[in-house]
Amino acid sequence: MSKEYETVIGLEVHVELATKTKIFCGCSTAFGASPNSHTCPVCTGMPGSLPVLNKKVLEYAVAVGLALNCQITRECKFDRKNYFYPDNPQNYQISQLYLPICRDGWVEIDTPQGAKKVGIHEIHMEEDAGKLIHDEWEDATLVDYNRSGVPLIEIVSEPDMRNADEVIAYLEKLRLVIQYLGASDCKLQEGSMRADVNLSVREKGAKEFGTRTEMKNLNSFRAIARAVEGEKNRQIDLLESGEKVIQETRRWDENKETSYAMRSKEDAQDYRYFPDPDLTPVSISDEFLEEIRRRQPEFRTEKMKRYREEFDLPDYDIEIITSSKHMADIFEATVALGAQPKKVSNWLMVETLRLLKEQEEDPEDIRFSPENLAKLIRLSEEKAINSTVAKEVFEVMFRENVDPEQYVEEKGLKMVSDEGALRKTVEEVIAANPQSVQDYRNGKEKALGFLVGQTMKAMKGKADPASVNRLLKELL
Amino acid sequence: MANIITDETIEYVGILAKLELSDEEREQAKKDMGRMLDYIDKLNELDTSGVEPMSHVFPVKNVFREDEVTNGDGSALTLKNAPEQKDGMFLVPKTFD
Ligand SMILES: [Zn+2]
Repeated sequence: MSKEYETVIGLEVHVELATKTKIFCGCSTAFGASPNSHTCPVCTGMPGSLPVLNKKVLEYAVAVGLALNCQITRECKFDRKNYFYPDNPQNYQISQLYLPICRDGWVEIDTPQGAKKVGIHEIHMEEDAGKLIHDEWEDATLVDYNRSGVPLIEIVSEPDMRNADEVIAYLEKLRLVIQYLGASDCKLQEGSMRADVNLSVREKGAKEFGTRTEMKNLNSFRAIARAVEGEKNRQIDLLESGEKVIQETRRWDENKETSYAMRSKEDAQDYRYFPDPDLTPVSISDEFLEEIRRRQPEFRTEKMKRYREEFDLPDYDIEIITSSKHMADIFEATVALGAQPKKVSNWLMVETLRLLKEQEEDPEDIRFSPENLAKLIRLSEEKAINSTVAKEVFEVMFRENVDPEQYVEEKGLKMVSDEGALRKTVEEVIAANPQSVQDYRNGKEKALGFLVGQTMKAMKGKADPASVNRLLKELL
Repeated sequence: MANIITDETIEYVGILAKLELSDEEREQAKKDMGRMLDYIDKLNELDTSGVEPMSHVFPVKNVFREDEVTNGDGSALTLKNAPEQKDGMFLVPKTFD
């Protein structure tokens, strides 16, 4: 490579809002319903049907906009984006072109060079399309309109990012803010957060942007990072060999780690937008805006600050716990039930994260209740169970949210606190292992460990190792 | 007729609308579109400076619904419109994405 290049990246992020119903009708948005069961004349675009805006969608959009430092468009409306494709039963998507709900915002991301602002160009409200499934048998396409009309916001950034790390940092930031708001669970794998990457390269120092491409089908942070690298290199190779970058939409193939130009659903990119005549304009009052402001939650930075003041926790713990709203909620609720903060933190940071990783799940997927975690911590504090048993119980609780008290009772996992029974077992172990006893008396400390292990085994793990230790030393 | 629609324009509009027109239909469509644009020109004679663009026929705004499920299983009704169906879904010619 002879010249030095700079990569210019902007993102279009679609986020599925966590409403109970669709954006313009009373159909459920619940996942996993049988095909086309969540449809009605409105979300299938039947002539004569009348869409009516879901108030919650507007509230979420404004809340996200405020959290991303945007200007809220006080008089906004919806437009029709016209295109023909089987996933779109109306032949138009209701979206916002002329007066999007939010504009001119920014978020701050951390980079090795320090904090950096990424501009938010606009946020608009729109509806999702149906799902197309390829049918191998018929060599045809099957269409399910359950997703048609599910509310989305599209967050369009300025072309302010310069590499994959900044892209990931930006997405992480958006995800956190939106999760904290409860506006979406933002799961890339499940499609509730989707990112399209607009990327171009230019010679370092150039003022003009190069020709950009748009990359779709990126459903993990890893895929995004690879796609950014891959597309940057592809464009530089083109320029280096004297060719031109063509403005096009490309689809990322994660298995092949390469992208290919999509046969665009809009051969001509002419959407003939016009105002939707069925929907009334939206006028945002001071009161409405004030109400949304008042309802804004404590965001991560504030939460971290409060944790530092309220709980005696290392910064690292605070960082991890607050990196997921759901985990922070569980932490706070468990502490509120009387558990010691550091103990709660340990269960979350060590065992919970380990099991989540094992199951390839996110902290958002944690299913156990704060009540049950508090009970488990109490059981182990009161020495009703030892730490090995506690870990076993935790695993079951992690998977099935069982009540640890009940579970320990049912499975007979309570520690034997009966000193007499324990003493008897220790005596038996001593009698059965004369060699180890001899070794210990000859100064081999290790032999004691073996005898503790034998006693624990005989007690089926239900003894307090400290008591076993003490008794052994006493009897030897 | 002040507005003349060219062959290229009618071809392009045809592609956007996914319509295939016969030569006869094409000539008719050119005339119709030209007349529509003439009418728009007529409207453009009005001085609309200072008039807010109309986005709704009635002076209403802020019509919302609460986020509550009001619709049940609509699949039977929706699938009535499917020329062909399979497994509760619309069956359409193979579509590329
Ligand atoms: Zn519906």
